[in-house]
Amino acid sequence: MLIERKWKKWVYFYLPMALFILFTLFPFYWMAVTAFRPDPELYATWRQPNAAPLWTLHPTLEHVKGLLQTTAFPTWLWNTMLIAIVSTIISLICGMFAGYALARLRFRGSEFLGTAIFITYLVPQTLLFIPLADIIRDLQLGNTPWALMLTYPTILIPFCTWLLMGYFKTIPRELEECARIDGATRFGAMVRIIFPVAIPGILSAGIFAFTLSWNEFIYALVFMASADQKTVPVGVVSELIRGDIFFWGQLMAGALLGSVPVALVYSFFVEYYVTGLTGSVKG
Amino acid sequence: MASVSIRALNKKYDNGFHAVKDVSLEIRDKEFLVLVGPSGCGKTTTLRMVAGLEEITSGEIRIGDEVVNDLPPMDRDIAMVFQNYALYPHKTVFDNMAFGLQMRRYAKADILKRVREAAEILGIEPLLERKPRQLSGGQRQRVAVGRAIVRHPEVFLFDEPLSNLDAKLRVQMRVELKRLHERLETTAIYVTHDQVEAMTLGTRVVVMKDGYVQ
Repeated sequence: MLIERKWKKWVYFYLPMALFILFTLFPFYWMAVTAFRPDPELYATWRQPNAAPLWTLHPTLEHVKGLLQTTAFPTWLWNTMLIAIVSTIISLICGMFAGYALARLRFRGSEFLGTAIFITYLVPQTLLFIPLADIIRDLQLGNTPWALMLTYPTILIPFCTWLLMGYFKTIPRELEECARIDGATRFGAMVRIIFPVAIPGILSAGIFAFTLSWNEFIYALVFMASADQKTVPVGVVSELIRGDIFFWGQLMAGALLGSVPVALVYSFFVEYYVTGLTGSVKG
Repeated sequence: MASVSIRALNKKYDNGFHAVKDVSLEIRDKEFLVLVGPSGCGKTTTLRMVAGLEEITSGEIRIGDEVVNDLPPMDRDIAMVFQNYALYPHKTVFDNMAFGLQMRRYAKADILKRVREAAEILGIEPLLERKPRQLSGGQRQRVAVGRAIVRHPEVFLFDEPLSNLDAKLRVQMRVELKRLHERLETTAIYVTHDQVEAMTLGTRVVVMKDGYVQ
């Protein structure tokens, strides 16, 4: 009986799990291998003798060097970081207050407002960038980081608001009522009690917002023209694909380096992130 | 110390539900009044209106000589113990108890003294540095009571504070609450659906049903 169970666990748990991990991690592995593969090997056909498409025996840093020296990659990285952080902070602050209001205050039209905010989240960016481009041009913000810092929140605020609204709703009302009896105003109770209790939710909203703005492509492509203003996703694609020539090694090195900060942010907050999404506060 | 007087109190919710109907009560100074009745009879709503957590549809509530109808909870000089304790999960026991005093800008030394005193009365001194999740149900209950007594309020409000405890602990806490009231001599309104609890605790018991006082 016991042996059979063990056998079953392998078939029904470990094997599918291994396949799943292989499936999800393979692109990252491929990216890493390509980034460190020397050019002759990279452009060799698979039918060549000694071809080893899945690994490399001659790892090289030439692509990373090329990326850092011939392109403005460090600047892109800095731009992306700055824009992601600023737009995340803006969105979090707005999302916290809006989410709280929608979760707790009873006012006329609050439900309609909640739905309306959600609907703005559903408008595809591929449509929204057209009117936004007009506004950016009128405000003369084109080709400056502000163009993105101010447009990213249009996607991020609805998202943060909804995530945080859900989280605030899981916090028992009594906590706040007790704080109000204890002498706090509504605003005081929100800032001193509800926000600290909601930190897991706030962090996960923050991580999500950060990742979304880090990876954003369309707005960054449309609003940023000169090479030194670009973000990583746009910069890598627009500068390393020249005509029909793909600089695969440098492209992959750029993708690899560009994903490191996001991976770091995730790994720091992963525990909070999970509790944030499952949302549990125990009295 | 203060009396509480409730006159012709009504509560109608937006959805038309008439939860409290013409309730009039006089709670004398130092009295321990127990409101008892089946769930949904309006007893908790009445208590919440006294606390200022629920708007009053019509009627009048006085604490001492002051009409408190439009005062926010913080200005009513009351303390409330909730059914689920409502301890602040991110604060230590000490900070939980000190919060009300800090909000009212008491001096640090005074806060320390009062919290120590309350902790001693309730026997929770060793727990002061812990977080609520590290406490058992009975201990959380004590902290919730402690948080109420540090401020020396005019009136205590209890909303079924013992219903989340197991039977044995409930009996024990009942005795302790009784003793505490005798010691502090503060006016108290206590809501419960447990008749035994009502009989043992209250200096007076008021029965409510369907929003009316019986």
